[in-house]
Amino acid sequence: MSSSEKSPSSGLKPFTAMLRREFAGYFRTPLAYVFLAVFNAFAVSLAFFVGGLYESGVASLDRFFLYHPWLWAFLAPAAGARLWAEERRQGTIELLLTWPITVWQAALGKFLAAWLFLACALLMTVPVALTVGWLGDPDWGVIVSGYVGSLLCAGACLGIAAIASALTRSQVIAFVTGFLACFLLVLVGYGVFDELLAGVLGSGGVDEFRRLGLWRNLEPFTLGLVDARPAAYFLSVAFAGLGLSTIIVERR
Amino acid sequence: MPLIEAKNLSKSYGAIRAVRDVSFAVDRGEVVGFLGPNGAGKSTTMKMLTGHLRADAGAAVIAGFDVADQAVQAKQHLGYSPEGAPAYGEMTVREFLRFAADLRGLADPAESVRKTLELCRLGEVAAQTIDTLSKGYRMRVGFAQAVIHDPEVLILDEPTDGLDPNQKFEVRRILKEMAARKAVIVSTHILEEVGELCTRVIVIAKGEVRCDESRDKFLARGADLNAVFRRLTA
Repeated sequence: MSSSEKSPSSGLKPFTAMLRREFAGYFRTPLAYVFLAVFNAFAVSLAFFVGGLYESGVASLDRFFLYHPWLWAFLAPAAGARLWAEERRQGTIELLLTWPITVWQAALGKFLAAWLFLACALLMTVPVALTVGWLGDPDWGVIVSGYVGSLLCAGACLGIAAIASALTRSQVIAFVTGFLACFLLVLVGYGVFDELLAGVLGSGGVDEFRRLGLWRNLEPFTLGLVDARPAAYFLSVAFAGLGLSTIIVERR
Repeated sequence: MPLIEAKNLSKSYGAIRAVRDVSFAVDRGEVVGFLGPNGAGKSTTMKMLTGHLRADAGAAVIAGFDVADQAVQAKQHLGYSPEGAPAYGEMTVREFLRFAADLRGLADPAESVRKTLELCRLGEVAAQTIDTLSKGYRMRVGFAQAVIHDPEVLILDEPTDGLDPNQKFEVRRILKEMAARKAVIVSTHILEEVGELCTRVIVIAKGEVRCDESRDKFLARGADLNAVFRRLTA
């Protein structure tokens, strides 16, 4: 055995160990495969049967991405529920907090692993894009920007899921609260609360508020409009969630 | 310089004062038996020493590093097995130990895992997922992750809890083998363990240190250790 004095661990090693364990962790249970299958089934069937992607006769994926905020609102909390809740339930949080890794390193490793897992789910839908390419002549730049937008949207939902997971030892509670919070963000974009809020915020305020919705920020990406504002929105929600969940874990 | 130092540690949970002004120091070569009734503050003290809980007041120092201010350095010198030996149940024993070795940034993680499997006699279950192991093996896995980096400081919360006599003997054997080079704290309910394993005894009750003395002095307090224990913790 190497003595503890002879083992200087750089900041990167614990972080990559964490990232690898967490990512591999998704595939240790059948749940990951169920997740990937469900994501694909819903992504494809919503686009074709509800969105009428084929009937529209347009070689574009905007009807495919239209449903992604709903998908992520449901599935990002499902993938993110285990982040901290599982550590608490198993008691392994006590190991993690007494191993030579900072909570921030651990949290970032966990978060990126979960995001990477969601990216895998998204990547599996590439055949949809290929089908559209085979049937017509789509603008590939627009499709790529749509995928980037969807991935950022997934990160934002995951940030919210991370907070929910940090607050409880039950994955079920983490999932349900995470889902409800993401669901609200989806509804905001559709103006569901407009009338409710008009009295408080005024019509200008309501419009500003609607900008906080997930679809409002994903839409420009699906049209090929690369804009810093929606990207900044998704990333701020993602990293605010990551930061807040880390602080919650540290404080407990 | 002592390897473990508790300096006036205090911790409250709401109105309950779980640990009050606890101080002691442990040198290399000492195996301290940490005794006390349930709820006496043993685990809370250990959690503060290992950096899992932040102390309300006082400081914990491991190998010269303050657990709160120099957490990562302190934890590099520390091996800790919490009560119940928690582990990632879905991993195999080998995967789990490899993760612990990687996370600690050990120079040759594969070799560290091999040696630790051998030391803790875990070779035959190395490929099994931890969830499928018996309690005895699970406790040994918890012990294994605590010693994989050959730390100078070892803190074990009830490492023999729920083990059969043979398994207890095994854990004690391994501990004795490595104790001379380390500072060790072992919490236990089992008073007989004091005589077999420890060089020193600290009794804690109602969050306070009631007795801190050498094993021989403690054993000389009376033939009936249970009566001694009851008297000290009353």
